[in-house]
Amino acid sequence: MHELSIATNLISLALEAIQNKSPALHTSAPRVDQVTLRVGRLAGVDAEALQFCYEIATRDTPLAGSQLVIEEVPAVVYCPACQAERELPSVQRFVCPECGQPTAELRRGRELELTCIQLVEPDTVSPPAG
Amino acid sequence: MTPRILEIRKNLLKRNDEIARELRSRLLADGVLVVNLVSGPGTGKTSLLRRTLTELRGRGFRVAALVGDLATDNDARRLAETGAPVRQITTDGLCHLEAAMVESHLAAWAPGPLDLLFIENVGNLVCPASYDLGESVRAVLLSVTEGEDKPLKYPTLFHSADVAVLTKIDLAEPCEFDRAAALSNLAAVRPGIPVLETSARTGAGIDAWIDFLLAARSRLAADPLPGR
Repeated sequence: MHELSIATNLISLALEAIQNKSPALHTSAPRVDQVTLRVGRLAGVDAEALQFCYEIATRDTPLAGSQLVIEEVPAVVYCPACQAERELPSVQRFVCPECGQPTAELRRGRELELTCIQLVEPDTVSPPAG
Repeated sequence: MTPRILEIRKNLLKRNDEIARELRSRLLADGVLVVNLVSGPGTGKTSLLRRTLTELRGRGFRVAALVGDLATDNDARRLAETGAPVRQITTDGLCHLEAAMVESHLAAWAPGPLDLLFIENVGNLVCPASYDLGESVRAVLLSVTEGEDKPLKYPTLFHSADVAVLTKIDLAEPCEFDRAAALSNLAAVRPGIPVLETSARTGAGIDAWIDFLLAARSRLAADPLPGR
């Protein structure tokens, strides 16, 4: 279970990014709405466990209460026979889904990338509806 | 209420990857091949490593080992019996090693000039996959006692390996080990992966494993690759 380390990394990267891009927003009440992370199919990270750890690890930080949005990136290999990139239907079988050629050349699918952070401007925060 | 979007696009493991890259190029430049041994618990990493250190020392190579363990120093003590410098990294429950741990332990240790440095990772088939430790060779071990379908259950780790070592091959028959299934599962998740069959107990296949490592060392020392 290394999702807690991953969540901790994510939080410090996010806080650093907020600090750099929007220093005024760093200090007070929770204004971070959403944090979006791209997770490759072969990143070795379990999305459910990461959600759980994120919620715990963001407590008492400016990210508390924010939502972690996980975008899954499929595994994409390069097929030397087709000379094209192909998305793998299963990571248990590294063969080109078009022509059946085995290939170990992974082009995408190991991503673990903080893509964006959605903030809500402090003076426009409205109480939660309903 | 207008939400504001900050575009970031940053790799979470960037720092680990940077430290690993720096370690790899520095060590290769010094002629040191770093081998990261990964597998589940009980696969025989320590036994294989013990035999490997002894054999390499016998052939006149300078070798050392860094050993990751959750809590005990049993593995490090077993390895130190070979006479090779061994250093323990106790992770205190952390399920994997990270490049920064390797870097700081190397800095504090100074095992002298080396030809090969082995890192025995924490026994775990999930977490170590994500962490580059600066190795030039990642060897995944699969024992004949643990089931031929392990590569399919843990494709991320097996895919990330440069070589697969079948261990405890002397027990293949009593365990009714299905060699063809194991090889086909390994090839399914990592087409073209070299597979070596070994027994640390009888010594079977150890020479081929040593030769594989030495060939990798000559190849990489002659033409170090910038990053994996």
